[in-house]
Amino acid sequence: MSAAPLLSLRGLEVVFATRRGALHAVDGVDLDVRPGEILGLVGESGSGKSVTLRAILGLLRGSARVSGEVAFAGEDLLRAPPRRLEQIRGAGIGMIFQEPMTALNPVLTIGVQIEETLAAHGQGDARARRARAVELMREVGIPAPEARLANFPHEFSGGMRQRAMIAIALAAAPRLLLADEPTTALDVTIQDQILRLLKRLTDELGMAMILVTHDLGVVAETCDRVSVMYAGRVAETAPVETLFAAPRHAYTHALLRSAPHGGTPRAPLNPIRGQPPQLVAPLPGCAFAPRCDFALPACGAERPPLVELAPAQASACLARDRLPPWRAP
Amino acid sequence: MTPPARGLRRAFAIPAPLAIGAAIVLLLLLCALAPGALAPYDPLAFDYNALLQPPGPAHPFGADNFGRDILSRTIYATRIDIQIALFATLGPLVIGSFVGLLAGYSGGLFDLLLGRTIDLVLTFPFLVIVIAIVAVLGPGLVNMYIAVCVVGWVFYARLMRAETLLQKQLDYVAAARVLGYSPARILFRHILPNAARPIVVYWVTDMALKILLGSSLGYLGLGAQPPTAEWGVLIADGKNFFTQAWWMTFFPGVAIVMAGLGFSLVGDGLADLMDVRR
Repeated sequence: MSAAPLLSLRGLEVVFATRRGALHAVDGVDLDVRPGEILGLVGESGSGKSVTLRAILGLLRGSARVSGEVAFAGEDLLRAPPRRLEQIRGAGIGMIFQEPMTALNPVLTIGVQIEETLAAHGQGDARARRARAVELMREVGIPAPEARLANFPHEFSGGMRQRAMIAIALAAAPRLLLADEPTTALDVTIQDQILRLLKRLTDELGMAMILVTHDLGVVAETCDRVSVMYAGRVAETAPVETLFAAPRHAYTHALLRSAPHGGTPRAPLNPIRGQPPQLVAPLPGCAFAPRCDFALPACGAERPPLVELAPAQASACLARDRLPPWRAP
Repeated sequence: MTPPARGLRRAFAIPAPLAIGAAIVLLLLLCALAPGALAPYDPLAFDYNALLQPPGPAHPFGADNFGRDILSRTIYATRIDIQIALFATLGPLVIGSFVGLLAGYSGGLFDLLLGRTIDLVLTFPFLVIVIAIVAVLGPGLVNMYIAVCVVGWVFYARLMRAETLLQKQLDYVAAARVLGYSPARILFRHILPNAARPIVVYWVTDMALKILLGSSLGYLGLGAQPPTAEWGVLIADGKNFFTQAWWMTFFPGVAIVMAGLGFSLVGDGLADLMDVRR
């Protein structure tokens, strides 16, 4: 690691008590985010990406049991008192959501929602807050910001709503932004605009970001580094170029091979055989072993540790050296 | 008709039942606010020349056994019954919404206790428990409000709790927490306005129910006390003269039916207009 990480997860576990037994949604996740870095978190549905994000901010409640360590700028968030957590939320760590319609309060105008965040973090008087709100709206690329402040969320289009949500999150000037599939609900063209916007904002503000997505294209376009999750565990972490050029986990390898490519018409798809494992009964070994083409006998016996291969690169695959060379299309 | 005019008409279109209900409620409110301007006589004035006079030009709704004008008494009674509709629902509305909001949001032991308390209160028939409380406290309007409040808040609490449970799972609540808002701010500024819709609709319908309850208790001698003009009291007055002077019970009865109908129609209309699932 070159710089001290801004956020560091060690052995993060989230267990939901369900009728069928304890469900290990997140099962020992180790992650580091350095200041100013964009970390992609990819994986299929149910791999624990979103739950990990929500656990960082203590948003899980009810039947969820969270354990392990979440250190933000050296402070353990899981053991922080509620008052302190309120301060860190927003000002330290912000979050944007997948569906901007439900993530904005439908009965308050966008302007009120931005100014409320500014007020909650003790910024300026009413006049200064209004000016800052206009500035934020302009920053996220909303045209005619003065007029749009008086609009309600339902008067915005999907892309504009997502921009407004980003503006609200930025109002508290967070050092780390958690983005939970921020482009999944949007058109492809709008997706691209929002991703560029997020990338530009992290550059300009020196803000770090965790971008959760299931879209490898989004990762390639936006992220500096990427962590691949499978069945609640981190399979592999690597700089983006390294991951796409030479995956060091059998799951990543299979994932890249299964992605459809343009250019070759009617080429057959290469799906990964089998189904993801049941999270109520965790396997003793590697969670991917039953579906893996390169599995060794040892893979099913014991859980492979996440081994650091190079700075900022780690893999939890025993077969990582047996993977055939990957030819990027 | 030109297209813009038709569009305008559609934009302001109010369903007929809601319009009828609103008209009835407005008429009642007018009677309650300015009974002196509408009533031809003093509701308490005796007139020994008009004892049990049937409806006619001088007394359109007839007169009672003391010669009091039934029309004037019915109009003045509106003031008391609208007051019942408001005061008998406000306490339960405020207390129930507050408790339901807290229980739905916090969950846990408080929620569990609330659920059991609601079940306990609902075990008793509503009217029976209200009558029991009034009997202990003594008859009168204020004691009736207290009795209704003791029982009535559970309906609001149950409704508010369910709506809060629904709202708190939405991302905007998570977003508010992520932005570092305090729980009180999230509850009252963010969840409450979003969860208020079904409560408001129920509130209007509840007013109809409370007018019926108020006049039932008035009839039984447990609510408003004679000689105060209140619809239930008027019907009770007329019951002994029913075979000779049907108008003494009939017109206050019509007023009760109209009030119940009016508030129910407005409640249902609002539910449709605000798209509240029932």
